[in-house]
Amino acid sequence: MKRILPAIVCFALALVRPADVFSQQRLSTRTGFVGFYSKTALEDIKAENNQVFAIVEPGTKKMAFSLLVKGFIFAKELMQEHFNENYVESDKYPKSTFSGIYTGDVDLTKDGVYKVTVKGDLTLHNVTKPVEAPATMEVKGGHLIGMAEFKAKPEDYNITIPSIVRDKIDKQMTVKVRIDCPITK
Amino acid sequence: MKKAFFVILSFIVTGRLAAQDNLLNALNDSMSASKTKTYVKGTFKATHIINAQSIEQPANGNLNFVIQHRFGQLNSGSYNFFGLDNATLRLGLEYGITDDLDVGVGRSSYLKTFDGYLKYKILKQTEREEMPVSVSILGSVTNYTQDIVGKDYLNAKYRTAYSAELLIARKFSSAFSLQVTPTFLHYNLVPTVADKNDVFAVSGGGRLKITKRMSINAEYNWLPSNQVVSTVRHDSWSLGWDIETGGHVFQLVFSNSQSMLPSQYITQTPGTWGKGDIFFGFNISRNFNLKKKR
Repeated sequence: MKRILPAIVCFALALVRPADVFSQQRLSTRTGFVGFYSKTALEDIKAENNQVFAIVEPGTKKMAFSLLVKGFIFAKELMQEHFNENYVESDKYPKSTFSGIYTGDVDLTKDGVYKVTVKGDLTLHNVTKPVEAPATMEVKGGHLIGMAEFKAKPEDYNITIPSIVRDKIDKQMTVKVRIDCPITK
Repeated sequence: MKKAFFVILSFIVTGRLAAQDNLLNALNDSMSASKTKTYVKGTFKATHIINAQSIEQPANGNLNFVIQHRFGQLNSGSYNFFGLDNATLRLGLEYGITDDLDVGVGRSSYLKTFDGYLKYKILKQTEREEMPVSVSILGSVTNYTQDIVGKDYLNAKYRTAYSAELLIARKFSSAFSLQVTPTFLHYNLVPTVADKNDVFAVSGGGRLKITKRMSINAEYNWLPSNQVVSTVRHDSWSLGWDIETGGHVFQLVFSNSQSMLPSQYITQTPGTWGKGDIFFGFNISRNFNLKKKR
C-alpha cells in the first residue's frame, strides 16, 4: 500500500494538471505591433507590421508572439518586394515567432508601469536565436500594454545582404514591439 | 508497480512540456484561422520580360527609367565586330500614378519612333488562391518619324499604330512565372491591300529564378498567318538573363528582333535565330521613389 500511494498521488496530479493549464489566464491580441528600423547615411528603412498575434500568460509569466513576415509594410514598395523575395524569403518561411518568459512582477489588478525583462527564442528565416530585452508592462484601464525595444542583426538569421547594398542597411536593426491586450478574467 | 509510477511520472512531465508549447501553438492556430488577403508580388523582376511588357509596373509615386539597348546582328561579320558596332536604343520613362495605373513614354532610335502607353491592373493574384492570376490591360500608341525618301505622303496619321494587350500572368512558385498576352494591333497604314490593318497575335513569356536575384527569361511572339503577307517576317524569339541589385534590374538579352515595340517586333522581324540574325543587348531599369508613403 505504501508503494501504491505515491502512484495514486501522481495519477491524481496528472488528472488535475491539464485542467490547471486550461484555467490559466491568457491575455491576447491580434493587432500587436512590430516594427524594425535601419538608419544609415544612404538610406532609412522603416517596416511595420500591425497584425501581430500575441499571448501573455501572467500566471506562468510566459509569452508568445507570431506574425506573418509578409505583413511588414515598407515606405517603399520595391523595398518590400525585395525584403520578401530576396532577404527573408517569405514564401519559404512565412512566419516569424517569439516564445519566452518575462521576469519581474506585474500586478494586473493595479494600474501602473512595471519594468520587466523578456527572455526567449526569436525565430526568423528558419533560424532561432535567443533574445533578451528590457521591456515595460503597463496596466491601464483594464488593459495590459507591453512595450520592448531590442537590436537584431540580419546576418544572425542567415539573411545575406549583397555587398553592393550593405552600406544602405544598418548592421543592427532596431526592433520595436508593442502589444495591447485587454485584461480578461 | 515501480513501472507504473514512472509511466505516470512521464505523463506529468510530457503534459508540462506540451503546456509550454501550447502558447505558440494556440497562436499559430488562431493565425491560420484568420484569413487576410495578400496579393502576390514580384511575378517578374522587371517591367519587361524581354521585349514584351510584363505584368509588373511601378508602384504609386515610383518612376522607372528604362534603357533598352540592342547591338547589331551577330551574323553581320567581323568587319562590324559581330554587330557590336551598331546600336538601337530605346529610352523609356514609366510612372505609377496609382498602384494600379501606370503611364509610360519612350523614344526609340529604330525608325525614330515615339511611344506612349497606359497600363492598368484589373485583377491581382492572391496568396490564398482566391484569384489564381493577375490580369492587366495595356494600351499603347507608336509613331515613327524617320524620313523615308520618296514617301512624302507618309503623314503623322499613316505613321501611327496602336496596340491593345491583355496581360495574363501567374506566379506558380517563387521561382517560376508565366505570362500569356493576347495582343491586338492596328496599323493606320499597311504596305499592300493584302496586309491586314488589324492584326492579332499572342505573346508568351516566362521566367525561372536561378538564384534569389537572378532569373532566366524566355519570350515568344506568335503571329497567326495570313495577316502580314507582303513582307518577309518571322516570329520574334528572345532569351534573357535578369540580374537585380537594389533599385536596378539589369537584363542581358538575345533576340531576333531589333525593335523593342510590339507594333514593330511582332510584325517586322525579318531574321531568324537559325541564320544567326541575333541581336545581343541589354535592358537596364532604375527605380526612383518620388513620393513617400505616409
